[in-house]
Amino acid sequence: MKYEVLVEVRLRSGIADPQGATIERALPALGFEGVDDVHVGKAFRLSIEASDEDGAYARGTEMAQRLLANPVIEDSTVTVIGPVESVSSAAPLTSSAVSTGNAVSTGNGAG
Amino acid sequence: MAAKIGVVVFPGSNCEHDVVKALGLFGSSRVDAGLVWHGERSLAGYDAVVLPGGFAHGDYLRPGALARFSPVMEALAKYAADGGPVVGICNGFQVLTEAGLLPGALQKNRGLRFLCTTVGVEVCTTRTVLTGESDLGAQLSLPINHFEGNFTCDPATLERLRAEDRIVLRYTANPNGSLDDIAGVCNEEGNVVGLMPHPERACDALTASTDGMRLLESLVVAATRRAQVPV
Repeated sequence: MKYEVLVEVRLRSGIADPQGATIERALPALGFEGVDDVHVGKAFRLSIEASDEDGAYARGTEMAQRLLANPVIEDSTVTVIGPVESVSSAAPLTSSAVSTGNAVSTGNGAG
Repeated sequence: MAAKIGVVVFPGSNCEHDVVKALGLFGSSRVDAGLVWHGERSLAGYDAVVLPGGFAHGDYLRPGALARFSPVMEALAKYAADGGPVVGICNGFQVLTEAGLLPGALQKNRGLRFLCTTVGVEVCTTRTVLTGESDLGAQLSLPINHFEGNFTCDPATLERLRAEDRIVLRYTANPNGSLDDIAGVCNEEGNVVGLMPHPERACDALTASTDGMRLLESLVVAATRRAQVPV
């Protein structure tokens, strides 16, 4: 069984994110007021072979920790979108934040 | 016998010839410098190894993130653990941090600018293979050429680097936001050094500075010392 998995990687809280800060400052120029906590990161979409969604989540998490993110400066979030066959209609089945380093992922990325 | 120094070539490296040429300035009686393809699985016979600057594996994912999977890196880890002199310059420094041979990480420069300029750096320890022949506190003028040179690590690691005398070079005027002005660090033993400035580009009066020679001289001395140790 293959599962579509989304791995999102972004700078850990406390690490300066000048791209996010610049975009945050640019948005009001287009009339988008009231936007804060803008963060820039990377997203990876993977089709992962696994026996079930927990297995896909576990494998995606290990990939995030060992390669896709650098735990010194980045956190990652792994989301199992669903079985590859029904991705277009499926709602996320499993979603939870995982920290690739010692720090806890903050969720809303304050900092 | 001349010390044999290998300069590793990854797909996308672009400073390997500069390093070989700079090491050649020490003369063929002292140094036998040549290229080592990243697919090599052995570094036997080398007295020092340099990871040069460039964009190993295109810097895909993150600088150094994929280079650490090159076959030569397993041999390099063993070589380093055995006390072999290893120097990573610029992208080579990024590769060493991603491979876990040096602590910390190199993130994007403060201000998100690619920097191509000459900076002042100070020698902060002489216990390493790259600074053994330098004077403590010596001020060097060296070129930098990077987008991701902003060294960072967690506070505990920084404390350990300071306590263990592992900060090798500091910028005299911080160009990129590096933590504690760090331009180069080493491992516990001082035989693995990473630095963002390019000593190989400061080895000829025509390039305005020959201060790089003072660092490479240390590497040549360390390599010569290793060449004399019976295997």
